[in-house]
Amino acid sequence: MEQKGATERRGEVAVRMRGITKTFGSRVVANHNAHLEVRWGEILALLGENGSGKTTLMNMLAGIYYPDSGEIEVNGREVSIRSPRDAFELRIGMIHQHFKLVDVLTASENIVLGLPGGVTLNRRAVAARIRAIGEKYGFALDPEKKIYNMSVSEKQTVEIVKALYRGADILVLDEPTAVLTPQEIEKLFAVLRAMREDGKAIIIITHKLGEVLAISDRVTILRKGEYVDTVPTATASVQSLTEGMVGHAVRLEIERPQLPRGEELLRVQNVTCLNADHVCKVKNVSFSAYGGEILGVAGVAGSGQKELCEAVAGIQNVRGGSILFRTGDGYENIVGMKPDVIFEKGVSLAFVPEDRLGMGLVASMDMVDNVMLRSYKAGKGPFVDRRSARRVCQTLIDQLEIVTPGVFTPVRRLSGGNVQKVLLGREIYHHPRVLMVSYPVRGLDINSSYKIYDLLNEQKRRGVAVIFVGEDLDVLMEISDRLMVLCGGEVSGIVDPREVSKDDVGLLMMQAPGKEAADA
Amino acid sequence: MHNRVRETGGRLVRMVKRDEIGRGKALAIRAAALLCAMAVGTLLIVALGHQPLAVYMEMLNGSLGSRTVLTETVKIALPLIFCGIAISIAFRMRFWNIGAEGQLLMGGIAATYVALFHYQHLPRPALLLVMALAALAAGALWGLIPALFKARWGTNETLFTLMLNYIALGYIRYLQTGTWRDPRMRGFPKIASFDLSARLPNVLGVHVGWIVMLALVVLAYLYLTRTKSGFEISVVGQSQPTASYIGMNVSRIVMRTMAISGALAGLAGYFQVAGVNYTLTETTAGGIGFTAITVAWLAKLNPILIVPVAFFIAILEKGAGKIQTTFKIPASAADVLTGIILFFMLGCEFFLQYRLIFRAGRKETL
Repeated sequence: MEQKGATERRGEVAVRMRGITKTFGSRVVANHNAHLEVRWGEILALLGENGSGKTTLMNMLAGIYYPDSGEIEVNGREVSIRSPRDAFELRIGMIHQHFKLVDVLTASENIVLGLPGGVTLNRRAVAARIRAIGEKYGFALDPEKKIYNMSVSEKQTVEIVKALYRGADILVLDEPTAVLTPQEIEKLFAVLRAMREDGKAIIIITHKLGEVLAISDRVTILRKGEYVDTVPTATASVQSLTEGMVGHAVRLEIERPQLPRGEELLRVQNVTCLNADHVCKVKNVSFSAYGGEILGVAGVAGSGQKELCEAVAGIQNVRGGSILFRTGDGYENIVGMKPDVIFEKGVSLAFVPEDRLGMGLVASMDMVDNVMLRSYKAGKGPFVDRRSARRVCQTLIDQLEIVTPGVFTPVRRLSGGNVQKVLLGREIYHHPRVLMVSYPVRGLDINSSYKIYDLLNEQKRRGVAVIFVGEDLDVLMEISDRLMVLCGGEVSGIVDPREVSKDDVGLLMMQAPGKEAADA
Repeated sequence: MHNRVRETGGRLVRMVKRDEIGRGKALAIRAAALLCAMAVGTLLIVALGHQPLAVYMEMLNGSLGSRTVLTETVKIALPLIFCGIAISIAFRMRFWNIGAEGQLLMGGIAATYVALFHYQHLPRPALLLVMALAALAAGALWGLIPALFKARWGTNETLFTLMLNYIALGYIRYLQTGTWRDPRMRGFPKIASFDLSARLPNVLGVHVGWIVMLALVVLAYLYLTRTKSGFEISVVGQSQPTASYIGMNVSRIVMRTMAISGALAGLAGYFQVAGVNYTLTETTAGGIGFTAITVAWLAKLNPILIVPVAFFIAILEKGAGKIQTTFKIPASAADVLTGIILFFMLGCEFFLQYRLIFRAGRKETL
């Protein structure tokens, strides 16, 4: 394929996808008649809610799926991309949300993996080329570093270099910022801008509007698999983009009701946890949760959030420290107790885990059985009481506006938002005093997310101590009364989100351990 | 990338998972599978030089045609039903108990011990009851061992239960050549036949086990679908993280369930030795524990469906035996015929779960 110079073709169409339709099974239409066009020397944002078909559309460009119908043109020539190898020949490179790297190999080994060539590897030449790429676009990468020693951000760099090393001119990045701190995001954007200057065509998949406005030249919006519009970023606003994504006007403020702080309901003191491989995941963590407030928990993914929540819920083994719940007049230390014992001790804790269908619910069971999980032991005799569980289901369906074909439909058939309402509804039905939610809006559409925020605020008004582990820093800063930041399993700070900036929190997320955490 | 012809689709045939299937349609697929099986079976029978229709009729006649053969068929189906239920209970928990064979034998050994050495100490009803209890306990123990090891050390239950089968079988060989050998059989290594008081009475030509079976089917169904323990089995089977999250004691549930599963297989062993063979031999199990796995799967682990499925298998087995004698069809060919029928019946499960979409007819058809 003949190549024009990078500057010559700037502004010409690099990729054009027309009328792309892709269905899975008989009912799931991932894309219907979708269009997309990206030019050389441009960053195109592909915007849409979860499940709007962004990734599917890009997977068809990367040769992972094949469209049912529609046309793809690269450089003005109609092509048929049947495999990632075809995409690679067309100089298309995709950086997936879940990195595809071999942990035990070095960066350079991962980068040349699968490339044609002899049996021997000229490490020096490879490393030199990697460094050259890094210098050109402004990132630092040690070619000899093993993947398992890398941070998420470094791994992402390896993925990008891998694509560039293979000569990719058209780069697709799937939700690249989801796992990065604000500072790392800035670095990534600088790299992307350098690549744009170099004349590359870049598509960035995202559902975060601030990033769209910050980095892209044009935006293509998808909604429920359908093409909505493509607009120049300069003419767009957060409000207009949201309306395009959702299809109607939405309210974008999150409430933070001001309430007097209630009594201390949970006190975690110097808790340390090891995971199954004896790796320390939570180090000497101390904090308190009070009634009538939302305690946000921020941190890069994998900073110990999961283990900390599970320790508080009594599922994770605790190596040291104490977890004290307020019961009546005194405190009950639940370290070493199983969840059923904790419940019997009068501790009223509700926990919405991050893995909703794998831990919080049983995906293949219907709503009645899932609601019954919390109460199946109640009552005398050997039989379960499905009748009252069914009544609870009906209440939840009415109160939380759960959309389901019926209470006997397996919950995995429900949409993400409704699954979360079933789980959260079950957990708050018994009026807990402490409510712990882990990534409660992950994968939810905007309307469902706001419904969840409302529910959390409602619990707060009832005097519940709410612990909200989240990933979207903007949301955490808006909804929390106090914000605890975790870094590498340690508390790097507990701050008042009204008094600090997002950058301050970002720094705490990266703060090297060693500094003493001060409890607010 | 040169001159590639654009096509409309990927592969020629795609598999698509079905959401749900109507009862009528499922029945139609099964009927079609049976017809296909008989068509392929016809080829085999013609190749052997026989009339296909006559052979098929003889299979039915030889398994259901008269009272005598019907009771024989019921006797084949009974242990399959007991073991099928035992296996279903474990499989619902995703505990792959393929040791029903060994649990059955251990039940048989325990019942035989009571029958051989204590028949003179107890009145007949008590003797039969103690034999049954011994069989339940021995089966439960044989089921509990792999569960305990899995709960404690995370061992693989499939290998463990399989290996325990051979230990049980080896133990029987030891007993019949050694301590339990019948001295009246001269040099022949065989365990003595039970005293009359240790033999189960017949009701309508079949030992009383069939009445127990009817009760057990209903009880097992209620246990699995309506009770707290049954609910725990489903939750542990579907999602262990959920079970731990909700506060279930997973190890205890696994052990309890495997004890029940083993006990039921042990009960099958009791009915085999006390109701059918009146002694214990190496062939007391004879693969029942393995065939019962097929039964359990075909019945979708539903105790009620296990009854018709077990009868279907029993009809095949008995019918295959009958055509061997009537038509002088070799035993291996009769086995091939049952194999063909089973192959299609199991194979059609795929079409119940998936449907195929051909490229030419890509307009959605359902």
